[in-house]
Formats: sequence, C-alpha cells, structure tokens
Amino acid sequence: MRLTVNGTEHDLDIEPEMPLLWVLRDVLGLTGTKYGCGIGQCGACTVHLGGRAVQSCQIAAGDVDGPVTTIEGLGTPEAPHPVQAAWIETQVAQCGYCQSGQIMAAAALLAETPQPDAAQIDAALDANLCRCGTYPRIRAAVRLAADKLREG
Amino acid sequence: MAGMGKIARRGFLIGAATVAGGLALGVYSLRQPYSSPLSKDLPPGMAALTPYVVIDRTGVTLITPRAEMGQGATSIQAALLAEELDYPLDAVRTDPGIPAPAYYNARIVAEGLPFAATDTGWLAETARETGAMVGKLMSLQITGGSTTVPDAYDRLRMAGATARAMLVTAAARRLGLDEAALRTEAGAVIAPDGTRLSYVELAPAAGRLLEPRKVALKDPSDWRILGKPMQRLDIVAKSTGTARYGIDQTAPGMLFATVRTNPARGGGVLSFDASRAEAMRGVVKVMRLPDGIGVLADNTWRAFQAAKAVEIEWGPAPSPANTEALFDSIAGAFETRRDSRLKNEGDVEAALAGGADVEAEYRVPFLAHAPLEPMTAFAWFRNGMLELRAGTQIPRFVIDTAQRLSGLHEDLVGLYALPMGGSFGRRLEDDFIDQAVRLAWAAEGRPVRLTWSREEDMARDFPRPAAIARGRGRVEGGQVAALDLAIAAPSVSASQMGRLGVPTMGPDTAIVAGAWDQPFAIPSCRVTGHRAPETVPVSSWRSVGASANAFFHESLMDELIHAAGADPLAERLRLCTHAPSARVLEAVGQLSGWGTDPGPGRGRGLAFCLSFGVPCAEVVEVTATAEGIRIDRVLAVAEVGRVLDPVNIENQIQGGVIWGLGHAIWGELTHAEGRVEQANFDSYRAMRIGECPEIVVQALGSGGPVRGIGEPPVPPAAPALANAIFAATGQRLRSLPLARSVRFV
Repeated sequence: MRLTVNGTEHDLDIEPEMPLLWVLRDVLGLTGTKYGCGIGQCGACTVHLGGRAVQSCQIAAGDVDGPVTTIEGLGTPEAPHPVQAAWIETQVAQCGYCQSGQIMAAAALLAETPQPDAAQIDAALDANLCRCGTYPRIRAAVRLAADKLREG
Repeated sequence: MAGMGKIARRGFLIGAATVAGGLALGVYSLRQPYSSPLSKDLPPGMAALTPYVVIDRTGVTLITPRAEMGQGATSIQAALLAEELDYPLDAVRTDPGIPAPAYYNARIVAEGLPFAATDTGWLAETARETGAMVGKLMSLQITGGSTTVPDAYDRLRMAGATARAMLVTAAARRLGLDEAALRTEAGAVIAPDGTRLSYVELAPAAGRLLEPRKVALKDPSDWRILGKPMQRLDIVAKSTGTARYGIDQTAPGMLFATVRTNPARGGGVLSFDASRAEAMRGVVKVMRLPDGIGVLADNTWRAFQAAKAVEIEWGPAPSPANTEALFDSIAGAFETRRDSRLKNEGDVEAALAGGADVEAEYRVPFLAHAPLEPMTAFAWFRNGMLELRAGTQIPRFVIDTAQRLSGLHEDLVGLYALPMGGSFGRRLEDDFIDQAVRLAWAAEGRPVRLTWSREEDMARDFPRPAAIARGRGRVEGGQVAALDLAIAAPSVSASQMGRLGVPTMGPDTAIVAGAWDQPFAIPSCRVTGHRAPETVPVSSWRSVGASANAFFHESLMDELIHAAGADPLAERLRLCTHAPSARVLEAVGQLSGWGTDPGPGRGRGLAFCLSFGVPCAEVVEVTATAEGIRIDRVLAVAEVGRVLDPVNIENQIQGGVIWGLGHAIWGELTHAEGRVEQANFDSYRAMRIGECPEIVVQALGSGGPVRGIGEPPVPPAAPALANAIFAATGQRLRSLPLARSVRFV
C-alpha cells in the first residue's frame, strides 16, 4: 500500500482496515497526531487529507485517496505555520493534547474561509474536544491566524 | 547491589533526562533538609546548587518536581527559580528530576485538615505546620490540591536565591572583590568595571561552596519575570505536535500493549481463551493480569483488535448493581454514624423548631476524569533495572509500586515523569503503572508502551463520588436566619489513601469541603457530614469535595435568599465575614452589572465558593429561548493573593469554568449490572466550543497568602448556572446533570 504523508511517499505492508491514525503514529512514528476516543468524537486525531480536515481514526488506510498532512508537516518549532504561530502567541495550550487536532482543523478552515465569522469558527472546531477548556483562546487564536495569513 | 544502584541511577538519567547525575553539595537551607537527590555522581564540569539548579557547560537546568498536567506547573516553578537566580526564563531547560524525598509537598496535608482557610488562629496554624512536617516525614511528592504555587512560592525563590548567592561568592573569590560590589543579570555576575562572569564558568567553583544559611529575596517590585505575562515553556512544543506524552514514548524494539479488564470492576476473570487473538497479525503475547488480560503486539491498533478478540468469562460484579442501589447506599448514610459536624453556630434546632421555610434535597452524580490522553505508561526491564516513563501526580508512590511488583531495590527503579495529556486527579492513581510493570516483566527485556483504549479509561476510572445533600433553612425579616445542611457521600480520602497504603484518621473533610468552611455568618448554621460506604472506589476529581458541595451550599443559599426576598449578592455581602471574599463578591457584581435589568427571558445567577484558600465568585447569564437554555456569558473573579502569571491564571479560570459548566450540564456516570454505562465521549458529553459562552475573568492579587488556581474556579460554576436558570425561568434545579431536567441550546 502506498501513502503520501507530509510529501513523502511510503510503501507499507499493512492491513487496509488499519485506521490512518495508527499508521501515522505506530507505523510511521508521527506521534503529533493523537488518539483520544477512536470513534470520531474528540478530534484529537485530525489531519488533512487532500487539504480537508478529517479524523484519522475514522479513515481506514485502504481508503486514503490523497496526500496526507499531519501537524509535523504543517510547520515545525523552528518554522511554525501561521496558525501555529498564532497558537503560540495566544498561549492557547494547557495540557496541549488536543491542540494538534485543533490546529489542523483551524488551518483547514482558514484555507477555505480566510475570514471566518464567530459561528464559522465554532462550527469548524465543534468536533474537537478540549477537556482543559481552552476554547476562548482557541477562538482568539483562529482570528489572529486569519490576520496573519491575510498579511502574509 | 550498591554499585548496581549507582550505575542504575546514572543510566536512567542519561537515558531519560538532561540531568546526568548530580554532585554532593552540602545543605539546602531548610531546617534538617533531605539530602539533594542530585548528590550522587556528577560528570566533570557540572554543578548542582540546591536540589533545583543544575549548571553545566551548556547552561542552566532547573528541576521542576511538580508534575505538568496542563496547569502550567513546569513554567511557574521555573519562573520562581529563574527570578531569584537572575536567569532569562526563555534560556532555561527544565527537568522533572529524580523523584525524591527532598521534593516533598509541605502543603498537601494541610489541605485536608479540619480548619477553614479563613481560620488563622493558633490551633489552625499549628496544625498546618504539623501537616507540613507530616508531608516531609512521609516524603509526599504529590502534585495536587492546587498546592504547587503555595508550596513553591517561598521554597523555589529561596532555592534560586541560594544558587545565585553561591555564584556571586565564587565570582567574588575569583575577582578578589567584595560580594557586595557584584550584581547579577541574565545569567552572569557583573563586576563594577563591567567584567562579566557567566554562571556557566562560575558553576564548578560555586559547586564546591557550602550553601549560605541565609539569603535575601527580591522585593516583588524588582521582579523581571513574575507578575508579568510569560510565555509557557512548553507552548512551542504543544503547538507543533512535538511535546512527548506517555502515549508518544518509543524505544528500539518496543512492544505496544493494551489491557482489557472486567468492566464490572473487581469481578475478576473466571477463564479466557486467547487462541484467536494470538493468531492475529502482530500479536506477541496475551497474558493474565489482575482483573483482566493484557496484550503485547507490534502496534497499538493490533493490540486493541486482539484484546477485543480474546474470549473472556468475567466474574460477577462485587459492588451494587446499578445507579439506584448506589444512591440508596448514599442516602442510607444519613441514618448512620455522623462523620463530621465542623460547623455548628447558633442554635439550628431552635431556629428550625417552628418549621423550615426551605427544605430540599440535592443530588450530584458520579463523574469521570476522562483526560483526553487515556492512561499510558512506558516500562522497560533491562540489565536488572526497570525504567519507567509516565505522566503521574505521585512519582514516589509509582516507584514504590514498581519496586513491590519487581522486587528490585529502589535504586534500580527509575521514573522519568512526563507531561500529561490532562489528568484532573486521575493520575493520582497508579493502576496503569502496575499493569505496565507486569507487561514489561513478561516482555523479557523489550520495552513496552501501554495504551488504554478510551473505553477502558471510562470503565476503569476512579470517579468523583455521587453525593446527596439535605438542606433546611429559615428566613426572618428579609434575611437568612438559619441554614442546616447535611451531606452524605463516600469518603474520597479513605478510598484513595487506602489504595496508596496511607492511613487516614478522623473525619473526611472532603465530604463537607466547600460547604462547612464558607465565610458567612448566618445566625444559626450547621453543616454535617455523613460517610457513605465505599461501594465503587472513588478518587479526587478537580476541586474534590467542593465540586459537589458548592452546588449544595450555594443552591440552598440561593433558595433561602429568594425565600427572604433578598438580593443574592447583597445578602451574601451582608453575611460575609472575610474581607477578601467580600472583595471578590463586589468585583463580580460590578463586572456583571449586577442589579441592572438583564432583559426579557434572561436571568443572572450568582455563586461563591472559598476552596483551596481561594475565594471565587461567578455570575452566569442565561437566556431562556424557544430551543432551550442558552448560556450567554460568565463573569468570574478570584482572589489569589498575588498574580504570578496573568495569562495562565486567565486560562486556568476559563478552563475551570468550562469544566464546571460542562459537567453540570451533561456529566454523569451511571451504573448497570456493576458496570459504568458510559463508554466514550458520545455518551459522556463534555462542553464543546460551540456551547462555550464568553467568559470574562478578573484575577485579584490583593496580598495575603499566595494561592493556586487550578481548582477554585470549578465549584461555583454549577450552582451559578442553576441559579441563573431559576432567575430566568423560575424552575429550581436540584439535581445534576442539568440536561436531565432542561434543554440546552
């Protein structure tokens, strides 16, 4: 099976029904994508598939039909993506465990809707649970990221 | 064996931490201190000044022994040290250090003592000092009870100042100058002629000095770091997917493990058939564990699949079968022995002899911690040693557990404490570490990473106990005249400490915390605790007893104030005996525009709770819409004595409000046939971003003891919401979760 993740093509000998989440984490060692529920309820496993935000625990490896981007492919500590830079500046994270998924969902939203209103932000991130309760800061960070992206 | 120990200690540290050993270094300036855990072998060029500051050729590492679970513990510990050390916060490295008696928590015992935070009398203060000694004697290295900042505030600043003084002495000797002529700035000692000696070059000489007996602390007006917004040290890693939690640990040849235990806890395994599971791809081993089975495989998903494929005949549930029976058991406690009556002012019986104006029963359910990272642990037996890596609030108990299971000497068990993907009290238990050790033992030299499924995590939580309260009261002349509150709940302290092997005595203050200790002078006031049987094992859940008892107390107060025809804010202020609490109430009144017309269909609810020494008041504003209750806005004010990091405090208060509201609306664990009925986040609902109201926060720092903020914002949220719904609709809600009674938008 062939998977393209963060621009790198991988030839994998795995069961097609293995969820993409576990291929990323345990086979490819990309641990930035998190497991939280396994049933598409928490969004901690959100990645981009062909540019769309998807919950990787709900997609079988055999059904992956496009290039995958994970949090590691979005940006790095040295060169963070504008959404990540906004997350850092806004000091969003507490435990931080859900934030990879939150950031991937926000980045997909802003790629499609560069100037989202409050309702659009909430709708795009409603699948992403944060037990620490960082939602007020997430909203602020998405708005800041929109500004950053607009200013280039 | 002693030689092995040294090797083990060094081995672990090189493998796991940036701190590779440490140097024997005299006396830390607390009276009769424990020796520094950094006081063993030390590589050349490295110095350990106090148990908290390590300097080598590459810079400064600060030891931050309180665990990071999202509350910002690592950053605030580092900031307290760096402030007095005069070292730039963004240049430090941090390390959780070796779990050690030197890192005991002097405040954790005091939190459970039967003295209200407002009581600063001789007896209360003496008991607190004794509590600190108990924490020290038992070397309780525990993160919890919002004690990290209160415990660290003086201690870590002293450590930073001590290390700084040693560096200054070393510089004075080298330069042949008087210490008083030298100053420090950004990691260097500076002489009057501008000569700069970096801490790195001074460290070896400083490390040979005795620690000074006395050091002076900076005046807060001279602070460069504390009291100002600071960037969390973990913020970049947590924003780029590069933070490494328990679930992310790796090592060459690692096996991926999971467990499946009896969903009716304690029922045991009668028999199991693993033949189908063992034939599945990637499965290495299926083994029996206490109350269940464990699977070792070559990835987590394959382990999950195999665990499901094991055919297991479970033993029967040992605890009452269902929610009704569990509540019956709690209600029965009202008729049995009284656990405490810590408040008994005036004459409640006489005041209520003519009948009560309000008489009501309140209930709260069992609740799960459900941190987003499920229970995880890494364990590796090799060369006669055991290496553990895990997120835990109780590192020394974890080592005890591992030692007991393995039979290894303490020096042969190493634990590297990891940041946690949430905890909320869940990782005050070490059941998952116990399993990881057993699995690693069976893996014969290969490293093992254990990951629980969410379903396992929900089934095997140690929940916040359900509780029932019976309240009565009387009003007179437009004022609250009598309040009588009896609370029945299982004892968290006895359940939890029992599992840790720590004896508990006397009443469990958690049964009544947040109710008996409130700063209101009601002429006749009584709070009684009744201890219900344990039934299911229970544990500390963010804000512990106050999470339930503030709902009871503040709902009853609201009912009484309404019956008196008084204003909820004005009447609380009239009754309030504690200046900081009154300040908080006044501030939340101003912030919310209390007293102005909220508008049609809208209502404001107020609640207050003094918990963990922090008075916190919250106003919730709701609108009763055709689709249900909508929460529009929350105003929250807390007094912490001194605001050390305004950004983190705002984040913690907002998070605490969201935690409190979400669980008040939806949170509930129910039981059937001895099993928890909620298996995942579809049935155990939490607040989502679209449901989150605007939350306006004001943190006061008006002096007095410096307090922690992780828990105090939680207790007022539920009663403030219920009181707001009453104000908007006239419907009084006395049972949580509220979504059972009303619809929410």
